[in-house]
Amino acid sequence: MHAIEKILAQAAGKKSVSTGEIVTAGVDVAEVNDLYLQVVTSFYQLGGTKVKKPQGTTFVFDHYAPAPTIKAADNHRAMREFCAAQGIDKLFDVGRGVCHQVLIEDGLVAPGAIIIETDSHTTTLGALGAFGTGVGATDMALILLNGSLWFRVPEVMKIVLDGGPLSPGVMAKDIILHIIGDLKQDAAIYKCVEFTGPAVAALPVEERLVLCNMSVEMGAKTAYIQPDAKTWEYLAKMGVSKATRDVATDPDYVYSSVHHYDVSKIRPSAATPGSVDNFATVQSEQGVHVDQIFIGTCTGGRVNDLAVAAKILKGKKVAKGTRLVIIPASDKVMRDAMAAGYVQSLMEAGAAFSTPGCGPCLGAHEGILAAGEVGLTTSSRNFPGRMGSIDSKLYVVSPATAAASAISGTLTDPASLQGEAG
Amino acid sequence: MKKLGGKVLFLDKDDINTDELIPAKYLNEDSKKALGPYCLEDLSAPGFDRARDLPGKGAIVSRANFGCGSSREHAPWALEANGINVVVAESFARIFRRNMYNCGMVAAELPKAVIEELFSRFSGQETVMELDAEKGEILFSSTRAGILKLPLSIGEFELAMVRSGGWVEFAAKRY
Repeated sequence: MHAIEKILAQAAGKKSVSTGEIVTAGVDVAEVNDLYLQVVTSFYQLGGTKVKKPQGTTFVFDHYAPAPTIKAADNHRAMREFCAAQGIDKLFDVGRGVCHQVLIEDGLVAPGAIIIETDSHTTTLGALGAFGTGVGATDMALILLNGSLWFRVPEVMKIVLDGGPLSPGVMAKDIILHIIGDLKQDAAIYKCVEFTGPAVAALPVEERLVLCNMSVEMGAKTAYIQPDAKTWEYLAKMGVSKATRDVATDPDYVYSSVHHYDVSKIRPSAATPGSVDNFATVQSEQGVHVDQIFIGTCTGGRVNDLAVAAKILKGKKVAKGTRLVIIPASDKVMRDAMAAGYVQSLMEAGAAFSTPGCGPCLGAHEGILAAGEVGLTTSSRNFPGRMGSIDSKLYVVSPATAAASAISGTLTDPASLQGEAG
Repeated sequence: MKKLGGKVLFLDKDDINTDELIPAKYLNEDSKKALGPYCLEDLSAPGFDRARDLPGKGAIVSRANFGCGSSREHAPWALEANGINVVVAESFARIFRRNMYNCGMVAAELPKAVIEELFSRFSGQETVMELDAEKGEILFSSTRAGILKLPLSIGEFELAMVRSGGWVEFAAKRY
């Protein structure tokens, strides 16, 4: 069996499971974000009175926080009341950050845990050896009611990252954009994507999170990286010293497909406007004028991302005619970045900081693009209209490319800044 | 079981995402019905004119990876608010597909060649889809192109959702 099959089997109280089988598995941690008051409504409509596992249930206000509209404020209030009435202590209110990052920092994510959130990017948590997947309102209401949910045991696709070291200016973001551009948006529908190989082992955990985060842009149900010493070192900082389920893949497990990439050949990359699988090298798009650059989100707003940006922008200025919006993925990220001096360097360069959360990633607030504007983002999606006007254009890039482009006000390959790129 | 299908909206594009089905700026609306006017607001697909093509439709035929992107269950709700309860496509994004059945709606796959035939034979004409989920049969018809009847099987659990009209109704009857 694969490690994730063992997780599902154990959580379902079974000896073994196989691909395609439907199992009902206990959910270790459930998370509801602030787009989903319907979860509460559906919970009551389903006949619910008491949440089954209030201690394993969390609410995070991130997508619309601080509330930009009266409706959002009303929804936040109704969720606060629900948490109080149900004895749910883990309510991460305005300013704590993006759900996936907040759960990790709170020590709720451990290898082998089943973690379900009302957000597609829950695949992120696979980088820590957890089974993470996103659901909609009805499934989440069922979890609140029963403490469990049905899952189809997925096929597993193996992506082996060979080679290295990375070329100058290249980050995990460039690797995953390259892979999605190659395999396309529907390559992993219903599947688990596992990342392995020497280049994965060489990546810091914060960068591994980026690979798993964006697996959903290929359709993945979940993602997985087998925990190693680096994982445990990272988890120890979050107060996690024990796996929820201690699992590893059997040597005879058969993957649905295997794909190899030599990371040393990957260059700073971009998804050009319209779709995340529109691949281009940054080099080939150099010189495009940029109106707004956004560094943030569960994809590209961690300390490592701010460190790379700060190193590039320290002592420089954001180009006239370009604005740089930075939203740390959590308040802990923001504090750590302040302690290291990154926030100061970035603000001196001209960056505008906003409250930790999702920010403009989904076009809700805090940096919406006007018609005709061009944006760069370290987030994960560039569907038409995703960050504002349907007539704006959005490139998905790495934090290094975002920072390098801020200096010139045009799309710039970070490798071209000699000796300065991360 | 409620009537499934109706006049068909053909959306000739792969990877139609949930931001296109319902933009995130409307996700705070407090009722499913309130999402209706914004459904497909940002979609640009070959030949698609929202004002002309969306009203009065009961079903969608589209291509690969329909409903990709965000987990928002608001996407099926926005379709439902417009009277659409069936989407037939080559493939679906996982969360969208699951959300559809949880809402008592149908997201059913047909082979690429069949989808291709539907587009070439029926798109651009007033076409009606009738889905008989119990019999496992789907029927397309238009005055010019005649009738095309195809087998279409829906899993047992999903069928139970469709019969009940969604999880909430399913639970109300069972528990």
